[in-house]
Amino acid sequence: MKERLIVIGNGMAGIRTLEELLKLDADRYDITVFGDEPYGNYNRIMLSPVLAGEKTIDEIMLNDDAWYQDNGVTLNKGKRIASINRSKREVIAEDGSSLTYDRLLIATGSTPFILPIPGNDLDGVVSFRDISDVDQMLAVADKSKHAVVIGGGLLGLEAANGLMEQGMNVTVVHLPETLMERQLDTVAAGMLQQSLEERGLHFLMQAQTESITGKDRVEGVRFKDGSGISADLVVMAVGIRPNYTLASESGIHCERGVVVNDTLQTFDPSIYAVGECVQHRGEVYGLVAPLFEMAKVCANHLAHHGIGRYEGSVTSTKLKVTGIDLFSAGDFIGDENTEELVFQDAARGVYRKLVVQDNKIKGAVMYGDTIDGTWYFDLLRDQTDISDIRQHLLFGQAHLGDSGHGDENRVAALSDDAEICGCNGVCKGDIVKAITEKKLFTLEDVRAHTKASSSCGSCTGLVEALLSHTVGGDYSTAPHLKPMCGCTEHTHDGVRAAIKDQQLKSVRAVMDTLEWDSEDGCSKCRPTLNYYVFCQWPDAGSDDNQSRFINERVHANIQKDATFSVIPRMWGGGTTPDELRAIADVADKFKVKTVHVTGGQRIGLYGLKKEELPEIWGDLSKAGMVSGHAYGKALRTVKTCVGKEWCRFGTQDSTKMGVALEKMTWGSWTPHKYKMAVSGCPRNCAEATIKDLGVVCVDSGYELHIGGNGGIKVRVTDFLCAVKTEAEVLEYAAAFMQIYREQAHYLERTAPWIERVGLNYVKEQIVDDNDNRKALAERFLFAQTFVQDDPWKERAEGTDRHEFEPIKTIS
Amino acid sequence: MSEQNNWIEIGKLDDIPVLGARVVNREEGDIAIFRTADNEVFALHDHCPHKGGPLSQGIVHGHKVSCPLHDWKISLETGVAVAPDEGCAARFPVRVEDGVVYLSLSSD
Ligand SMILES: Cc1cc2nc3c(=O)[nH]c(=O)nc-3n(C[C@H](O)[C@H](O)[C@H](O)COP(=O)(O)OP(=O)(O)OC[C@H]3O[C@@H](n4cnc5c(N)ncnc54)[C@H](O)[C@@H]3O)c2cc1C
Ligand code: SF4
Ligand code: FES
Repeated sequence: MKERLIVIGNGMAGIRTLEELLKLDADRYDITVFGDEPYGNYNRIMLSPVLAGEKTIDEIMLNDDAWYQDNGVTLNKGKRIASINRSKREVIAEDGSSLTYDRLLIATGSTPFILPIPGNDLDGVVSFRDISDVDQMLAVADKSKHAVVIGGGLLGLEAANGLMEQGMNVTVVHLPETLMERQLDTVAAGMLQQSLEERGLHFLMQAQTESITGKDRVEGVRFKDGSGISADLVVMAVGIRPNYTLASESGIHCERGVVVNDTLQTFDPSIYAVGECVQHRGEVYGLVAPLFEMAKVCANHLAHHGIGRYEGSVTSTKLKVTGIDLFSAGDFIGDENTEELVFQDAARGVYRKLVVQDNKIKGAVMYGDTIDGTWYFDLLRDQTDISDIRQHLLFGQAHLGDSGHGDENRVAALSDDAEICGCNGVCKGDIVKAITEKKLFTLEDVRAHTKASSSCGSCTGLVEALLSHTVGGDYSTAPHLKPMCGCTEHTHDGVRAAIKDQQLKSVRAVMDTLEWDSEDGCSKCRPTLNYYVFCQWPDAGSDDNQSRFINERVHANIQKDATFSVIPRMWGGGTTPDELRAIADVADKFKVKTVHVTGGQRIGLYGLKKEELPEIWGDLSKAGMVSGHAYGKALRTVKTCVGKEWCRFGTQDSTKMGVALEKMTWGSWTPHKYKMAVSGCPRNCAEATIKDLGVVCVDSGYELHIGGNGGIKVRVTDFLCAVKTEAEVLEYAAAFMQIYREQAHYLERTAPWIERVGLNYVKEQIVDDNDNRKALAERFLFAQTFVQDDPWKERAEGTDRHEFEPIKTIS
Repeated sequence: MSEQNNWIEIGKLDDIPVLGARVVNREEGDIAIFRTADNEVFALHDHCPHKGGPLSQGIVHGHKVSCPLHDWKISLETGVAVAPDEGCAARFPVRVEDGVVYLSLSSD
């Protein structure tokens, strides 16, 4: 006779243990599973996407009835075990039936913690744990509007997001000051809250719930401070407790959970326990990765192999809210003995913090761009000494070697034992091996063979990148990319393609066609869309003034005290006595506070009131001067030296070249500010090698350099090519500017853009491909025919007058 | 409250661009008058709680305005900065009748 194995709990840990056991020894046991839920084994993690309407219950089934049959496992669905009689080695179900075992596996999971407050048992108060909870929530969401989620942790936020996706008006009530305080520091939590708010969630922070009100059904929630809000549904997501009642009532030693040793045995050696119900080395876990590790070890012992020990897990956190990337692991707060490495880019919404002690990573928090999470997590778990890479650590793994070109290269750089799928503990090497040996082509195949990306799904992007890297051109699904902002699912490139393919010619048209999530976008996407439309349709696109940043809307730089600055153009850095006089006159007339020579060889007038601008501009344009666009994401200056005309080293007329470049390009809008320079010889007095495009004159002609930046992160240009004639310089300059205009993301300067797409790509497009270069240059010149009007002159003559005049003055 | 408020006529609704703002100049500090996509009108002290940026110069989206200086988002309905930022800009009652905008100077 076979030995009898009983499993109590038909959840993720119990069944994973069986799967592992069946792989090792399919014949040892007669297996019976008891589960009190009326379903097969499903992926509990995926309840969040089910609630959000992104998946169906069918899609999250892990093992259906057929699986149990095929493997000779008896499943008792909807049958709850009431007690265990250890001396008789039998389990007794609530309906009175009983069954004996040789070995028993307890995998009863957790129970949600319910706040002990009045009203917690009203209809419409639910937790978020299983399918029946989700069914209840969906039923209410169908009819009613107001939901309150108590608890701003991982689960609460996923519930809140799901309910909002179902059309409810959702308020999250959270006792601490910041969201997910156990997983995030205050900065990351703040960024998270902000993006959730932008999507439409409401938050009541530091709000202490006193009671839930209502007669039979919930009607509202009251707080300690006396305030309250109405609610048709209240979701309690304030925490979970290991479910060990059954075990402890049967005399098994329990503390915060069922206590197990490194082989997952309880104090009764014939009884094992795995999953959220256990306490191992003092720890209890609430995520699947550790449970799956336990399952492996436990199966090994059930199969009498007797090797393998579970020694505890380091866990990391991700949030499954589509479009929000966050990651945290380890001790990310630190103390007086640790150091912090922090990187924050508010414009891109990216934040990273590493806590380091003795040159080892102790913890990490990331928000916005989490692709390096896996790598940091590996360094943390392996306690790798980071002294050698410390300087580059925050920029991510891609920056260790050459400049990185997207996800694909980043995964290529990972070592074989780097963990890709945290939930299932699958390493890069396993995946690559499966792909090559089993000739896998699709994500589904990889999931089926390796389990990678089959649980929470947050590593899908990495797996796809690995797939495309390993099978090369045969795999064509684009790796998961980041949406443009919280208002949409679409990426920058996706939006640009749609604007072109679907002939979208206004910001409104883009938002309507691409089903923007928010009514009128946000301060990130509106200027972006406006630029993309304008760039694609220079002739027919409509320019939406209200979607431009203030500087471009009023054609002057806003300064810290809300005054503005005026900087007229000085072609190629040259000027005349008349121009200088006109500037001096204006400065006198308007009592300009500061006159300053800028870094781009121009004269700036500072401290002007908005109302004064049109008149100042009028005076300057009478003197023949035009706007310098010093305020815009646009061509700024072309800096020059005096070159051959005066300098004893000069090889070409660099000033004339600069003026020609500026006359060609002025007025053009670009993804970010754009600067050029021309130096008369390699001494490079115009600093051409830190400009977006730099020309260095040499005896034989001109050297062209691209992608320089003198800003926050100084970058020296890459050498593009050398050309012989002035006409060629102009053609290449126009083509390069146009490819940047057409392909870079809004607010991406040429330097990061080139690092993203690769210098070779740019060379292929505009050096190797003559036709393409000429076409680009032509498109640039065509676009220029619509923009080379001086915005200052127009406004001095009355355009957009309302922008500059108060609606009313009250004395 | 409307009894105590002294409503001042400040101009026509059409004088304010949709998703834009105009300013009422006054010695005690300007007041920004916003008009949203759904044609609601709001009035706030033109002074960002962060570093005093002129909110009237920001980008209006939904019932919020993003400050032009450092991109804080301020609720037009309440004047309160969207968390995690903190602070608020005073709010003034406004109403629109027959396309004419009235403002009350007693902030609430
Ligand atoms: C909505 C949601 C989202 C989540 N998202 C993530 C995530 O993104 N990443 C992550 O790592 N983890 C996530 N988790 C946690 C993860 O689901 C759990 O860690 C995991 O399911 C625990 O597995 P388990 O087998 O220990 O418990 P469970 O999967 O809960 O299984 C226990 C089963 O035992 C049954 N049972 C209990 N007592 C008895 C009894 N006496 N008789 C019969 N049956 C009984 C229970 O009803 C249950 O079906 C999420 C959880 C939820 C609820
Ligand atoms: S770059 Fe060369 S040509 Fe120009 S000023 Fe300097 S030394 Fe003279
Ligand atoms: S002054 Fe408004 S955001 Fe800084």
